[in-house]
Amino acid sequence: MSAPALSLRNVRVAFGEDEARVSAVDDVSFDVMPGESHGLVGESGCGKSTLLRAICGLNREWQGEIRLEGELLGPRRPLAFHRHVQMVFQDPYGSLHPRHTIDAILAEPIAIHRLGDTNRRINEALDQVGLGRAFRFRFPHQLSGGQRQRVAIARAMILEPRLLLLDEPTSALDVSIQAEVLNLLSDLKRSRGLTYLLVSHDLGVVAHMCERVGVMRAGRLLEETTVQAMREGRVEHDYTRRFIEASQGYDRTMAHRWESIATP
Amino acid sequence: MNALVRTGWRSWLSAEVAQSAWQASAQRAWLGWRRFLGNPLAVAGLAVIVALMVVALAAPWIATHDPYAQDLAARLLPPGAGHWFGTDEVGRDVFSRVVYGSRITLEIVFLVAIIVAPIGLAIGTVSGYAGGWLDTVLMRVTDIFLAFPGLVLALAFVAALGPGLFNAVIAIALTHWPGFARLARAETLVVRHADYVSASRIQGASPMRIVLRHVVPMCLPSVIVRTSLSMAGVILTAAGLGFLGLGAQPPSPEWGAMLASGRRFLIDYWWMPTFPGLAILLVSLAFNLLGDGLRDVLDPRSE
Amino acid sequence: MSEPLLEVEDLRVAFESAHGQVEAVRGVSFAVGREKVGIVGESGSGKTMTGRCVLRIPPPTAHVSAKRIAFRGEDLLTASEARMRAIRGRRISMILQDPKFSLNPVMRVGEQVAESFRIHHPGSRREARDRALDMLGQVRIRDPKRVYGLYPHEVSGGMGQRIMIAMMLVPAPELLIADEPTSALDVTVRTQVLAILDDLVAGRGLGLVFVSHDLNLVATFCDRVLVMYAGRIVEECAAGDLGHARHPYTRALLAATPRLDRPRERLAVMERDAAWLEA
Repeated sequence: MSAPALSLRNVRVAFGEDEARVSAVDDVSFDVMPGESHGLVGESGCGKSTLLRAICGLNREWQGEIRLEGELLGPRRPLAFHRHVQMVFQDPYGSLHPRHTIDAILAEPIAIHRLGDTNRRINEALDQVGLGRAFRFRFPHQLSGGQRQRVAIARAMILEPRLLLLDEPTSALDVSIQAEVLNLLSDLKRSRGLTYLLVSHDLGVVAHMCERVGVMRAGRLLEETTVQAMREGRVEHDYTRRFIEASQGYDRTMAHRWESIATP
Repeated sequence: MNALVRTGWRSWLSAEVAQSAWQASAQRAWLGWRRFLGNPLAVAGLAVIVALMVVALAAPWIATHDPYAQDLAARLLPPGAGHWFGTDEVGRDVFSRVVYGSRITLEIVFLVAIIVAPIGLAIGTVSGYAGGWLDTVLMRVTDIFLAFPGLVLALAFVAALGPGLFNAVIAIALTHWPGFARLARAETLVVRHADYVSASRIQGASPMRIVLRHVVPMCLPSVIVRTSLSMAGVILTAAGLGFLGLGAQPPSPEWGAMLASGRRFLIDYWWMPTFPGLAILLVSLAFNLLGDGLRDVLDPRSE
Repeated sequence: MSEPLLEVEDLRVAFESAHGQVEAVRGVSFAVGREKVGIVGESGSGKTMTGRCVLRIPPPTAHVSAKRIAFRGEDLLTASEARMRAIRGRRISMILQDPKFSLNPVMRVGEQVAESFRIHHPGSRREARDRALDMLGQVRIRDPKRVYGLYPHEVSGGMGQRIMIAMMLVPAPELLIADEPTSALDVTVRTQVLAILDDLVAGRGLGLVFVSHDLNLVATFCDRVLVMYAGRIVEECAAGDLGHARHPYTRALLAATPRLDRPRERLAVMERDAAWLEA
């Protein structure tokens, strides 16, 4: 049994002091196996994005244990970590610097890690995500949302990571563009043997991409289940059931069944 | 048939696909320039400043007389054929002095700009990005400078350093940099939470790299605009110092100093303070118009 | 459908842009009675523009033209601006996407609802307040008096949207245009808000135009569905018939949407046919 690609034990993230202390992530533990596509669903404020940020080192105020391929992580991340773990953000309009060309954006990680061979790597990265060479010297505002997200994926892939954290990667995209980007992510995972941790509020997206799913609510990991179990309705918590039903569309009877649940 | 003839560089600038980083930046600048041209007042401001530079450079050829030559026989002459702006109390040609004074004005403006903008930008961005005690210390230092009214502070520095043009420039720079630092810091506080900065951090970028390559380019437009807009204030402060005898020293043809010495002649010999005064007004106005025009063009939000 | 509340015939909207004229809406015609009609499309389809043009609040640079836009028989195209102001809010109301941006942040929410009433029924502040409290109760806010005095930043997204609904329904309009009313909400909150909307629309016999990018949501919530692509309506059918949709764009949209109950290896990628632009 190989070590999990990523392992979390009792991870807590809190903000603020004393009375204003807010627990964004509360005692979360789960494993992501190598080659797996693991999903995390939840609604806004459940802590899923905060958790991702803590894993990749953007947030230093976390407690608990995070293990990457068995190695315990400290509050700071060494440079080598960034060649192992990368992240794709939700907002394609915000994750690319408006004043940098695509070339500059893709050259940056190469320069930081002194990889060399910049030209070839950039061209390869663009090819990999299905963008032509014509895009190389464009600015982000000249690209559509889907194209920007492809650049963000190319940037993440340029460092040849093994684990990819995906924070709502297609939430801001149209359905038809989303399909292309999800297919791209599936293809990349297959061809590069990647491991994914996908966070989303969209159950359809998580169901399509992942096998195992964790359901988060108010900072806690409510339950861990599989997409197949969700499909068959074999879930533990009422909240999960409600979440699944609500994701299928609108149902008058469903709304009235939930009347008893507090409407503040 | 009306054939469109495009010269090489025009088609290069309007090409659909840029082939190099240099071409992409040039295209962007070109588009910005065309937008700028759509604002007539801003163009007028730019024209005046360009004219100022031309006059300063070509002063020896434009001036009709030696600005320092005294001719007591020709003192206090009104504007006329021989002396377009008249002469002052020791017979120096006012026109030539105004022309040579443009060099001093330009010198002041240029020196203050290159001292104040980089220092303000550096302190502001580092302060905003680092946060914590460094931010607190730098901002309190800034507050100390901001607590004094500009002219008073400049006076104090010049009094300490001694009168003279160069000292006046230092004094003015010292009173202006806090505003830039504050501005840069405010922009930095917004930028540092952006996803592209997070993405850079995830790649392992050092704070220095992030500040230099990500934060500064976003602060640069506001700083450039502010530089232009404060030039008006700088010129006036310099004029004020010159007026008080603490800037450029006589017989230097600095416009403020000319205003000062010509003041008591205002009633009977109006041309002596009026023409330097008009020059100050015109150049200050031009910098303001240019600054407004640049703001419209450089605002990254308008992309 | 007896008498249609809203009739739109051949609506066209064009913009001047850097690349010449852009046609956002190209000949859209539809009618809405006392029913829930959904307008579905991706970004750039022209759905939002259509909704705004009914109320005659297009962006300033747009050229709007139509053969007919009528509300209960009254021509909205040639109505004066004063007449339109009387209609907006009072007869036709619009709910926007994100209460964070559509509620005034410096005004208490209850007062915003009361103000909405007072604009169209000038009278005592007391009566406006009573109406506002009543309306807050109708959108199932448990403690209307307490919520009345809150500021927008103190309420959650779902509550903010319910307040928005209260604000738009308090003048008792007959037609409601909802532009992505639940897109900014969590999925479980969405159901509650839609249920409230559903009950209010049914209870008052209103007409509802529901603009959204979410085909599945519209199919399950509305009675009829209009699918827009590149400024045109390419499909019009009853919500239940969407599975038998005829137009290739609609079928492609359905095929491209990932669903829990329909596992697939790859999502079908849309092959855009130039013929769709001619519909």
